[in-house]
Parts: sequence; C-alpha cells; structure tokens
Amino acid sequence: MNQAVNKLTIKDYTSDQEVRWCPGCGDYAILKTIQKLMPEFDRPKENQVFVSGIGCSSRFPYYMNTYGFHTIHGRAPSIATGVKLANPELDVWVITGDGDALSIGGNHTMHALRRNVNLNILLFNNEIYGLTKGQYSPTSKVGTRSPSTPQGSIDLPLSPCAVALGSGAAFVARSIDTEMKHLSSVIKQAHAHEGASFVEILQNCPIYNDGIFENVKDKKIAADFRIEIEHGKALIFGKENNKGIRLNKETLTLEVVTIGEDCPLEDVLVHDQTNKALANLIGEMGGDEFPVAVGVIYHNPKPNYVDDLFIQREQLRQGKESGNLNTLLRSGHTWEVV
Amino acid sequence: MDAKTEQHQNIVVRFAGDSGDGMQLTGTNFTLATALHGNNLSTFPDFPAEIRAPVGATFGVSAFQIYFGSEDVTTAGDEVEVLVAMNPAALITNLKYLIPGGMVIVDTGAFNDKNLAKAKYLSNPLDDGTLDAYRVLAIDIHSQVITAVEEFGLSHKMALRCKNMWTLGLVFWLFDRDKQSTIDGLKAKFANKPDIANANIAALNAGNAYAETAELPSGIAIYKVPKAHQIPGTYRNMNGTTALAWGLLAGGKLANLGILFASYPITPASNLLHALAARKDYDVITFQAEDEIAAVCAAIGASFAGSLGVTSSAGPGIALKQEAISLAVSAELPLVVVNTQRGGPSTGLPTKTEQSDLLQAIYGRHGDTPLPVVASSHPGDCFDTAIEAMRLATKYMTPVMLLSDGYIANASEPWLIPDFDNYEPFPVTFHDKTEGFTPSLRDAQTLARVWAKPGTVGLEHRIGGIEKSYDTGDISYDPDNHQKMTDTRKAKIDNIAADIPLQEVHLGGSSGKLAVVGWGSTYGAIHQAVKRSIRQGFSVAHIHIRHMWPLPANLQELLAGYDNILVPEMNTGQLVKIIRSEFLIDAKALNKVSGQPFKISEIERAIKSEITK
Repeated sequence: MNQAVNKLTIKDYTSDQEVRWCPGCGDYAILKTIQKLMPEFDRPKENQVFVSGIGCSSRFPYYMNTYGFHTIHGRAPSIATGVKLANPELDVWVITGDGDALSIGGNHTMHALRRNVNLNILLFNNEIYGLTKGQYSPTSKVGTRSPSTPQGSIDLPLSPCAVALGSGAAFVARSIDTEMKHLSSVIKQAHAHEGASFVEILQNCPIYNDGIFENVKDKKIAADFRIEIEHGKALIFGKENNKGIRLNKETLTLEVVTIGEDCPLEDVLVHDQTNKALANLIGEMGGDEFPVAVGVIYHNPKPNYVDDLFIQREQLRQGKESGNLNTLLRSGHTWEVV
Repeated sequence: MDAKTEQHQNIVVRFAGDSGDGMQLTGTNFTLATALHGNNLSTFPDFPAEIRAPVGATFGVSAFQIYFGSEDVTTAGDEVEVLVAMNPAALITNLKYLIPGGMVIVDTGAFNDKNLAKAKYLSNPLDDGTLDAYRVLAIDIHSQVITAVEEFGLSHKMALRCKNMWTLGLVFWLFDRDKQSTIDGLKAKFANKPDIANANIAALNAGNAYAETAELPSGIAIYKVPKAHQIPGTYRNMNGTTALAWGLLAGGKLANLGILFASYPITPASNLLHALAARKDYDVITFQAEDEIAAVCAAIGASFAGSLGVTSSAGPGIALKQEAISLAVSAELPLVVVNTQRGGPSTGLPTKTEQSDLLQAIYGRHGDTPLPVVASSHPGDCFDTAIEAMRLATKYMTPVMLLSDGYIANASEPWLIPDFDNYEPFPVTFHDKTEGFTPSLRDAQTLARVWAKPGTVGLEHRIGGIEKSYDTGDISYDPDNHQKMTDTRKAKIDNIAADIPLQEVHLGGSSGKLAVVGWGSTYGAIHQAVKRSIRQGFSVAHIHIRHMWPLPANLQELLAGYDNILVPEMNTGQLVKIIRSEFLIDAKALNKVSGQPFKISEIERAIKSEITK
C-alpha cells in the first residue's frame, strides 16, 4: 500500500472553499464524517471523484479536496456512469438528495442501480426541497405543509430504500447524518461493495423540515424508534432491549413483539442481508408501528456492468489486430479503379 | 434473346415493394454490382416508419432508388427511368416518379383483387390503360419463383420471399451487371442456412436466365450505361452512417483518446450506435443509456474523466440533451453531439429527411451558449466532418454539434478510401503540472480551458454549472466576472473562424449573378442544378458550407460578390435567416419540407427564375 496514502488526514480531504450550508444543517455532519473517513480507504486521493446533481446536498463536492463535478439536476448518476466507464480505476461517488435522485432523476437512479455500475450513491434524504425554499418532495410525508402545498401534501411518499431494492440494487443501506460512527461503518461497507451501492442518509433540514427525524435521532427516545440491524443478528430494539421484530408466516408481514411476553427470543427474526424478501420488509419499516431500520438492509453482490463491459471487450479484441484505421477502412468489399 | 440496347449516360432505377419484400436488400445488392461495374452512383433508401406494415398496404411501401452513370453523380436522381413495383401498393405510390416512356416491371402474381383493393385501385392498372404511357414488363414473378426454388422444399411463404432475388436477377440482365457479388453476399449472409442461400441464388439465376431466354416484349431494351472516369485507387461503397462511425474512430485515434459513445435508440440515428457497438475492438466503448439525457450526461462524464464523450440522436432527442450540452459549454468540456436530422416537429417523419435542426444546433440552448456546428454534405463527407468535429471539440474544450440527416445516413456512394496516414494528428495533452494550477487556466491563443483529468496527482479540482471565477475557477456570482466569462466563452467560439478553411466556391465563378448557397445533404442536387445552369450559359455558382458556426471568415465578402443569393434548404428557411442576420444580405430562400430530397429540376427552375426575373 502506498505510504503517502496512509498518511493522509481529514485536512487533506478538506477543500479551501467556504461551506455555505445553513447553520445546523445535517450536511455538515455528513461532510465531516466523509472527510474523516476518506483516508481510511487507502486509495489515492486523486482517484476520488465526487459527482453531484442540484440541490443543497449537491454542493458537497466543492468542499471535498478531491476531483468533483457539480452537474445538473437529477443527472449525477448518468454523469458518474460516464466517469466510471472512461476510467474504472476511479472511485466514483454520487452525492444526491431526495428531489434530485427520486424526482427529476428517478430514471437515472433506477438504471444506475439496475446496471450495477460501480458507484457509491449517497442520498441525503431531508424529505424537502431546500435550495428552492421548502417545497415538498417525493419523500415528504402526507400532509407536509410547504409553499407549494399550503393545505398539506396529498400524494404518498416513496421509500428510497424500497426504490433501490425494486431497481435491483445489490447494496442498500440506511444511516443518519449525525451518527458518525454508524454512518462511517455503513459508507465503508458501501465503498467495499463492487457494484452500485445505495445509502440513504436521514438528514435534518433545520430551516424547512426541522425535526422530521427527531424520533430516530433523539438519544432519549431513539431506542424505541429505530433498530440497528446487522447481518446474522436478531432484530431487537427498545429502551429495555426487549422488543423484537417477528415474521408472521401466515400473512408474510412483520410484527413488533415483546420478547418473553408474547414471543420467545428464538422466534425473533434474524437479519439476513442476502435475503431480498426480508430486505423489502425491513427497508419499509417505520411509521407509527415499526422502528426505522438503520444499517445494511441488503447486500448480495451480482455481476457489475463495468467489469463485464471490459471483459467483453477483451474477448472481442483477442486475436485481432486492433486499432489500425487503414485496415478498418479497407475491410469488407472494396475494389480497385486503375 | 436478341434485345435492343439503349445507351444512357446516367439512369435512375427505383425498386419498390412491401416493407417485407426485401427492397432495401435488393437495392444494396444492385448498388454493389453497379459500383463494381465502374459507374458513379448515389442511392436513396426511402422506407416507412412501420417495421412490418400489413402486407399490401400503401403506407408499408419501401423503396430504394439508385442513380448511376458515367458522369459525376451526386444525388439519387429526379426522374425514375426504370421502376420495379412488386405489388399494386408499390405501383400506386411510386408511379408518379416514373417518366413517360419509362419502364415499369411488375409482378402480375401480386396484382390480385385483394392487393388491388388494399392499394385502392378500382380496376387493375395492368389492363385499364393506367400504364399506357410506359413500357411495361409484366411477369408472373410469383409462379416463376415457386418453380425456381421448388427443389429446396421451402414452404410456400419462404419460397415467395425469394422473389426479390428473382427480380434482381432480371434487372441485372437488363443493365448488364455481374451477379457474382450478390451470390457471394447471399452465401455469407446465410452461411448457417445453406438451403435459404441456395434458394435465393437459384431465384437470382432464374430471373437472370428468364430475361436472357424469354421473349421480352418489343420496346424492352438492355440499358448500356458506360463506366465513369474515376480517380484511380481503392474504393468501397460507403453510406453516411458507416462513414460517420469510422470518422469518429479516426478522430479518436488522431486525438489519441478513447471514445465513449453514449446513445439512446432513435430513428434514423440508431444505426450509428449499432455501427460503433460492432467496433469495440477499436478504442471505443458504446453505452446504450436509459434515455437521451443520460446518454449525453454519460458522454460528458467520460469527457471529464479524460475520454472523448460522443452522443448521437435525431432532433427530438437533441432537444432533450440541450440542458446537458449547456453544462458542457459552462464546464468547458469536449463533447461531440451528432444529430441525424429527420422530419419534424415531434415524431414528425422519423424515416424521412429534413434540415430543420440548424437553428436548434446553433441557438437551441438556454443562456448564452455558443458552440461550433459542422455539417456533412454527402455520405463520404461524414468521415471528414466527424474528424473535424473531434478536432474542434478537443482543441477548444467545447461541445461540437455535427449535423447529418436521414438522407445522408442511409444513402451510399462509392468512396475513394483515403490513406489514414495522411491525416494530421491532433493529440490531446492533458494538464499535469501542479504549480500554479487552477481549473480556469486557459490557452492564451485558443482560450481553451485546461483539461486536467481525475487520476492526476495534485490537480484535484471541482467544476460545475455554476458560474466560475475567470481567475480561480471557484464559484463566483460577481457581476463583472459573469460578463467576462460570457464574453470569453463567446470569443473562444468566434476565434474558431480563424482555424477553419476559408469558404470555397464549389462550382462556378467567385462572383456573378447568383450564388446558390447550401449546406448538408442538398449538396448533390444543388451541384447538378448549378452545373446544368452553367452549361446553359447562366452566371451561377455553388457554395456549400460545412462550418455552420462559426461561419468561415471570408463568407460575407465572398457572398457580396454576387448580385443575388439563393439558399435551398429542406426547412422553412434557417440558413437563409442566419445569412440575412449575420451579413445583412438580402438572400432568398428556396424551401422544401416534404420529407423527400430536392430534385435537381426544382433547384434548376429556381436558379433560372432568380436570374431571369
């Protein structure tokens, strides 16, 4: 391993640009976590590329002292795909938001995940349009009052992780802006995954949607509202650590149980991150009834587009004299005029 | 048989049939044999948007026209002298192109009541006098084919599929062409289905033998078309799509860059994706994106990362890409955008040709976003314009729009294969010096921004669509800076005028009564019309523009040398608008938007009326 790489610190990954998010924005915490995490990857700094679309979160690349491209609304996954195809040696990160990735750019998110292009997609979900001053977003809860929905929003939100799973993502995880340790661990696993990895980061917008994730963030009550999932471990949560998630095998739905009261410990569901059906159920937990799952929801590697593309190309090139234009121009049927 | 012969310097033949009748295959085989015979030629495939329209329907008629001869042939010709009509629908939709006295070859086997009704013929045109003005060769090709391929045991339907080859065999005899290239082609195409190959070859031979031995009606003659005087060298038959694909590969090689070609299927541009996808043994990666926007964005991403991003579409797809193209203007990244224009607006006429995206190419973005626009004028020209587009994109760090159209893409012509070693390389130098680096560094002469690709040690930097400081490349909302950046982006593109060839006069004098100014695929028709007019003593010249933006530096002065300017275009007047607004010249428009290319005679008439009025 390159010595110089190991010596890098958070400072090396911090650009000279003044950070321009609102005071108290969850993006600060995410930025700090990632800047701190980067040296741990043991990868050359010049091989890190952050690509973003439009929105508050998409300003992120300016603050990383790496290569960065702040592009246009919704299209970061497509631009990042081009970057990766042009140079597979690069670590390509996509920084996006709920509006960017799931509204205007929904198509590109879906297809980047389906193709399994080796990108690390970090979706900062604050359930609101911040940069355009507070309109509701495709992840806003029903009834969200905003400048464009003064009487409250009436359309149902979608779940980012459910969209990712439905698109065929092989790595889907969720974490929280201010939980540095948890977020670091999830992003590390995402980075290690060969293929498209999708991380939803619950992020607080203190201006337009403040406190929307308070239940899962407030240390006093979070234990009852979130569950930290881990592969091979039982789905247990609660202040008393006595609540569990059980699969009702009759209805194929999940239910919250109290261990020892209405359910023995061995009946509590054990998380299997390779099980897509479970991932679908766990990923959608939340609301009044269930805790929100944070951690790696699904991880089941599949062939990735970039590797397969280059393998195919190598096979095509084998035994061929490649690249000679004069040969190409004279291939097929030609004739001489004398 | 003993047939009369007729001498023709040039002749136009049109094959027409159901879209399932294999007319395009028949046409391309006839083209190859004609090229090998030593004629100059130009072809025009004219097919419907429907892949398999109901059999016998008029909207499902597919046609292939070829103009060939001993002179310089630059269009697919105006007036058809020999029409092959495989069914009533083909006859009713194509008879209008045939000159009086021309020959029409029909398959009487297809002129049954059902097909006549589908073509909306109230009576059979073969015996109601409809064809009195023409020489008719009516043969029951249906039954001839069935007999010819009997020994191969094909189903009735499969056997009938060979009727295009039977007909081609007959036409080969009429024009004294060698059928061997078609036989070789059939063997290669059906290498895994020898029965099909042999049946088709048998049909071809049978049609040929029929013509030779049968007593053809009086008035039917063998056409003798003398060879053309061609420049010595190695030739191939070239269509615009292949020329463009190979030009992109060539441009990548000259720039010493890998290419990412990202595209989304759209008629008539998809063939370019197919052509390059088959050539991944060269330095190109093809990427079929999920939509037009993703395609251009992937190309931009690739350019950021140090490849040359290329995307391609037709008008509607280009409209979708325009926001991203503006990003490439703002970020100053190279990009080549190919627009194979088609009839618009909206879905319009997807398989027909038009030149109605010139204004979209030059002006069709948001903000002040100038970029160079280059237009191909004939199939072989696509090779050179693709190289030129790549040269400009990499030298000036800018998106370049390359205009082709449905006619050029599908048309073909004999192409004198150049020696690629004679092309001047324009290798890209990536920036690698850390000292004093900012992403805003510019070449003092070209004003091109530096290209520092990810992976280069010490040059980590951010770019984007927000306005950037002229000095540092950092985000800047400073009013003076925005003025300066806008001016710089404009100056960079304006300066290209000094780096492109001066405008030449293609035919005629450099001053005179009238200059006919064209661009794109009208080249052939204008060229012939001007040639004929000059022969008749008119003072007229042909000027054909390749660099649509910026315009050649001498163009204004050149145009000032003529009393009048006529601009024929397959749109409602786009280049003419630019000439008028840029040069304050009272140029006149000649417009056609029927989905069909200009006829030589249409331009010739306009020239005469312009000069004599």
